Amino acid sequence: MLIAVVSSIIFFTIVAIALTSSSTWPLVERDFFDGPTFWRYLPVIAGAFVTNIQLFLIAEILVLGLGLLVAVLRSLSGPVFFPIRLLAIAYADIFRGLPSILIIFVLGFGVPALGLPGVPGDPFFWAVVSLTLVYTAYVSEVYRAGIESIHPSQAAAARSLGLSQVQALRYVVVPQAIRRVIPPLLNDFIGLQKDTVLVSYIGVVEAFRTANIEQQAHFNFTPYLALSAIYLIITLPLTRLTDYLVSRDRRRFLAGAR
Amino acid sequence: MTAEVVRIEGLHKSFGSLEVLRGIDLAVREHEVVCLIGASGSGKSTLLRCINLLEPIDAGRVLIAGADITLPDVNENKVRRGIGIVFQAFNLFPHMSVLANVTLGPRRVLRVPQAEADRRATELLGRFGLADKREEYPDRLSGGQQQRVAIVRALAMNPELLLLDEITSALDPELVAEVLSVVRELAAGGMTMIIATHEMGFARDIANRVCFLDAGRILEEGPPDQIFSAPAEARTRQFLDRVIAAGRL
Ligand SMILES: Nc1ncnc2c1ncn2[C@@H]1O[C@H](COP(=O)(O)OP(=O)(O)O)[C@@H](O)[C@H]1O
Ligand SMILES: [Mg+2]
Repeated sequence: MLIAVVSSIIFFTIVAIALTSSSTWPLVERDFFDGPTFWRYLPVIAGAFVTNIQLFLIAEILVLGLGLLVAVLRSLSGPVFFPIRLLAIAYADIFRGLPSILIIFVLGFGVPALGLPGVPGDPFFWAVVSLTLVYTAYVSEVYRAGIESIHPSQAAAARSLGLSQVQALRYVVVPQAIRRVIPPLLNDFIGLQKDTVLVSYIGVVEAFRTANIEQQAHFNFTPYLALSAIYLIITLPLTRLTDYLVSRDRRRFLAGAR
Repeated sequence: MTAEVVRIEGLHKSFGSLEVLRGIDLAVREHEVVCLIGASGSGKSTLLRCINLLEPIDAGRVLIAGADITLPDVNENKVRRGIGIVFQAFNLFPHMSVLANVTLGPRRVLRVPQAEADRRATELLGRFGLADKREEYPDRLSGGQQQRVAIVRALAMNPELLLLDEITSALDPELVAEVLSVVRELAAGGMTMIIATHEMGFARDIANRVCFLDAGRILEEGPPDQIFSAPAEARTRQFLDRVIAAGRL
């Protein structure tokens, strides 16, 4: 432990000296690491970041619910449900197979441009819709993997008590599946938070757009650094938590516990 | 004569090209205990799973209390309520306490109010020496305790018929007796049961009738003394000789 700390300090000191002593450092410092600029823009960008937080909280709640719904529809067996299963599969495959930005453009610019009566033109609305559609597709696959990882004997035991297929999923299979997929769900949650910047392209004024405006006005990249700092404050703990849960699950699995 | 609880006629069942049940005929009357014996792979589990519709059948009929349950418009959830099954691997729900395992069926299927379901479950658990395990989770119980909870879970639905599928095969030898004694108690109470088992001594004790399954057919059936002492079929004799050699009779 002590050796690790000492060697880390030495390593990063050398890197810092090498960086700051290079001939281009003053230029880099001015354009990227300008202290006064950083502190001036941090509150402005943090204020705009509230929009990103709204976006991902609303989308995430929708994604967690709809993703489970799609996964459950996909796991229903029996010929009656075949068309529903087919739809769910097509949806998940198509939306996982397209770049998010493409979906955001098509929905954010394309649909309002049709000028259909009753269809909102608000970019925030379409931002939520497109992020929800993209991430529901991913998250439904995560749930589905969880559902399939529960041994069929569990569903058989539930059905043998007279529970219907939907009741067996609701009370027996899904609760166990969700416990298993919390780490991958957190991963997708982090992805969704990062992807909220993409909706700046359809005119939502959020943190990335704000940083972009400042950068262009002052020819200085420090506002992006401020946004990066804000992001890392949120995503780093989540990433560490996810890794911790994954390694804990692996240890439990190796220990043979349930 | 007591009423017929289950009647199976000409039952066929295949998995792909493998025909596992090849014409099963069997009738079980109220309060009767029928043991299914036979080599591993002879179709005992599949037969039990067909009776409560966990496996769809290919041909033949299964009648419960005189009603054909294999007709297409039958509500299979309703049928399963009245038929309990206990599996070799217990299959308790690991995310639920013992009490929640036992009350799930009564509450969600029979719509018994929670307080009432809890009260009845507690009473049943107490009857089988599990009163102090009510709040435990399955992974904190021994195999014998888990299997007794599984039996209680099935009993909580007040089934007319109980199917037991090699319920002691996954247990350490010293835990077998506690589970078998529960089954003896149920038999004494008049529970109608079909029991697939490798415990020949137990089958001999408890069964009113023993059926020897061989390659998907009931090759021979009769009272336990006749099957175990004077089997008519050479294949039954062979099977029993092998079992004796393995020290299980
Ligand atoms: N779900 C299944 N899919 C394919 N084959 C199966 C399935 N269940 C059982 N079998 C096969 O059916 C045969 C009978 O199995 P089973 O009823 O479990 O026999 P037993 O309980 O007497 O050991 C075996 O050959 C087994 O491999
Ligand atoms: Mg079996």
